[in-house]
Amino acid sequence: MARTTALPRIRAASRRWDWERIIPILMISPSIIAIAIFVYGFIGWTGYVSMTKWNTLLPDYTWVGLENYRRIFQDVRFQADIRNTVVFTVVFIAGCLALGLTLAILLDQRIRGENTLRSIYLFPMALSLIVTGTIWRWIFFPGNYPADPSGINLILAKVGLEGLQWGWITDPTIWPGSRPEWLKVKLLVPLALLPMTLAAIWQMSGFTMAMYLAGLRGIPDELKEAARVDGASEWQIFRLIELPLLRPITLSAVIILGHFSLKVFDLVMAMTGGGPAFATDMPGVNMYYTVFQGNAFAKGSAIAMIMLILVALLIVPYLYSNRQEEM
Amino acid sequence: MIRRLTLTRALVYGVLLAFAIYYLFPLYLVFATSFKRFADVSLSTMWDWPSPISLESFAQAWNGRPEANIRGIGDGFLNSVRMVVPATVISCILGSLNGYVLSKWRFRGSETLFTLILFGMFIPYQSILIPLVRFLQSIQLYATISGLVLVHVVYGIPITTLIFRNYYAGVPNELVEAARIDGANFFRIYRSVLLPLSIPGFVVVAIWQFTQIWNEYLFAVVISSTRAQPATVALQNMGGGQFTEYNVQMAGALIVAAPTLLVYVLLGRYFLRGLLAGAMKG
Repeated sequence: MARTTALPRIRAASRRWDWERIIPILMISPSIIAIAIFVYGFIGWTGYVSMTKWNTLLPDYTWVGLENYRRIFQDVRFQADIRNTVVFTVVFIAGCLALGLTLAILLDQRIRGENTLRSIYLFPMALSLIVTGTIWRWIFFPGNYPADPSGINLILAKVGLEGLQWGWITDPTIWPGSRPEWLKVKLLVPLALLPMTLAAIWQMSGFTMAMYLAGLRGIPDELKEAARVDGASEWQIFRLIELPLLRPITLSAVIILGHFSLKVFDLVMAMTGGGPAFATDMPGVNMYYTVFQGNAFAKGSAIAMIMLILVALLIVPYLYSNRQEEM
Repeated sequence: MIRRLTLTRALVYGVLLAFAIYYLFPLYLVFATSFKRFADVSLSTMWDWPSPISLESFAQAWNGRPEANIRGIGDGFLNSVRMVVPATVISCILGSLNGYVLSKWRFRGSETLFTLILFGMFIPYQSILIPLVRFLQSIQLYATISGLVLVHVVYGIPITTLIFRNYYAGVPNELVEAARIDGANFFRIYRSVLLPLSIPGFVVVAIWQFTQIWNEYLFAVVISSTRAQPATVALQNMGGGQFTEYNVQMAGALIVAAPTLLVYVLLGRYFLRGLLAGAMKG
C-alpha cells in the first residue's frame, strides 16, 4: 500500500523539527487520557470494588478477595443468566448467520428491486432496542388465549392454528428441565427466551446480510467465470470458491454478534425485564438490578467483571490478530 | 431448461419476499395500532388496519396525561435532541483529529495505542458504570444532559477514531508529503488537504454517532434523572405499567424511532458504511 512506502520519509523529516513530532501526540493526548481513565481506570476500579464488602449504600472498601464471585456463582439468578446467555448466544448467532447468508446469496442473483429489499432487511438496525423490544413485547403478548388471544396468538387463531398458541415471553418452562446436582437452575432452554431471540435476530440479521453481501460483491467475477469455463456447477462455485472466501466475514460476524449477545440489556429490559422466573434474565440486567436497585455494589461489580472477561475472551484475540496483520 | 430456470427465479423472489414480510410486519403493527382511535383499541382487533385514522395516541404519547401525573415522551425527546447534537459534533471533531494523527502522523507505539483505544468499543459498559456514576457525581455532572454528552463523547472515541483512521488511510500520503514539502505544518495539512476530502467521512461518523446515542439506553437510564431523561428512557417508563394502552406505547415507539428511521431512509448508504466500518477493517 502507498501509505507504508511514504511514511518513513515523513518520519525522517519530522526528526528535524522536534515540535512536529510533539504536536500530533499533543493533539491525540486528550483522547488517550480520557480512554485511560474512563476505560482502563474505571475497569480497574470496578475490579477493585468487586473484591470488597461494598454491598450496601455506603461504600465499604474492606477487602474480601473473591468472595463476591463465589457468591454470585452460587446464586440461582446468576446461574440462570449464564445458562440464558449460552442459549441466547448460540441460537442468535446461528440464526443471524443462516438468515444473513441466505438473504445475501439470494440478493446476489441479480434481483430486481435489490436496493428496496436490502433496505427493508436492514432497517431494524436503525431502531433503538427499546423500540424493538416495545414492539415485540406486544407481538408476543399472549393475551387470555384461547378465549381472548392477542398478538401472534391472535393471528394463529385467525388462521385456524389455535393448537400452536402458547405463552411466548410469559412461559416459564425450561426444556427439557432436568437439574444437575451441582446446579440451582434447570437446564437447558428457557422457552420464553426463544421469542426474544427472534426479536434480536430481527434486529441484527440484516446487518449480517449486509456483511455477507459486501463479501460476495468483493469476490472477483473472473474467479467465478474461470471456474465456469472449467465446467464447475453453480453449487460447486458456491461451495468451493465463495464459501471459503467468506470465512473471514463469518469470523467478523461471529465476533460482532457474539459481543452483542454477551452484553444484551436493552432488549431484555423492554421485552420482559428478565422474567418470568429469570427465564430471560441476562448478566447485564442482573448487574443493573443488583447495583441500582439492590445497592449491592461489590456483587454487581463482580457480575460486570465476568461480563468483561467473557467479552475480552472473544475480542482480544481478534484485535491482536488484526494488529499482527497490519504490521 | 428455461422453465426450470424461471421456476428457480420465482422461488428466489418468493423467499426474498417472505422474509421482507418478517422484517415489515412489526412495522405494520406499529402503524396499525398507533393510528387507531382510543375507541377502536382492543386486543382482539390489534392487527386490523385503523379506520378512521386518528392521531390521539400520538398526542397522548407526546404529552402524557398531566392530570393523572403520567409523563409523555415529549420532554424526553427534546432532551435527546439536546444531548445528541452536541455529542455528535464533538465526537466528529475528536474522531477526525485522532484518525488524522493515527493515519498520517504515526509515532512509535501509535499502533498499540490504537488497539488499546479500540478495545474501549467492545467493553460491556456495566464494567465501568459504578466508577462513572461516582465520577460524574463528584464533578456535578450526574443526572445532567452535559454529563450524558461527556459520556457519549468519551465512549464514542474508539469507533469515531476507527472510522476516520480507515478513511484517511485511503488518502494518498503523497498529498500529505507534497504539502509538507511546501512548508505546511500539522494543522495546515489537516485544514487544506484532509478536511476538504473528509465530508463523506464526517457524514458516516455523524450518522453513526447520532443513531447510537439516540438509541442508547444503559447510560441514559443510569445517568439521568426525571429532568434530564432521554427519549429511550421515557419510552421504557411508559411501557413499565404507567400506560396500559398499547396504542400509546406503539405511538411512543414510533416517535422515538422516527429520527433515526428518517436518517436511515434519507442517508442509508452512509449508514451502511458506518455499520460495515465498525465491523470490518478498511
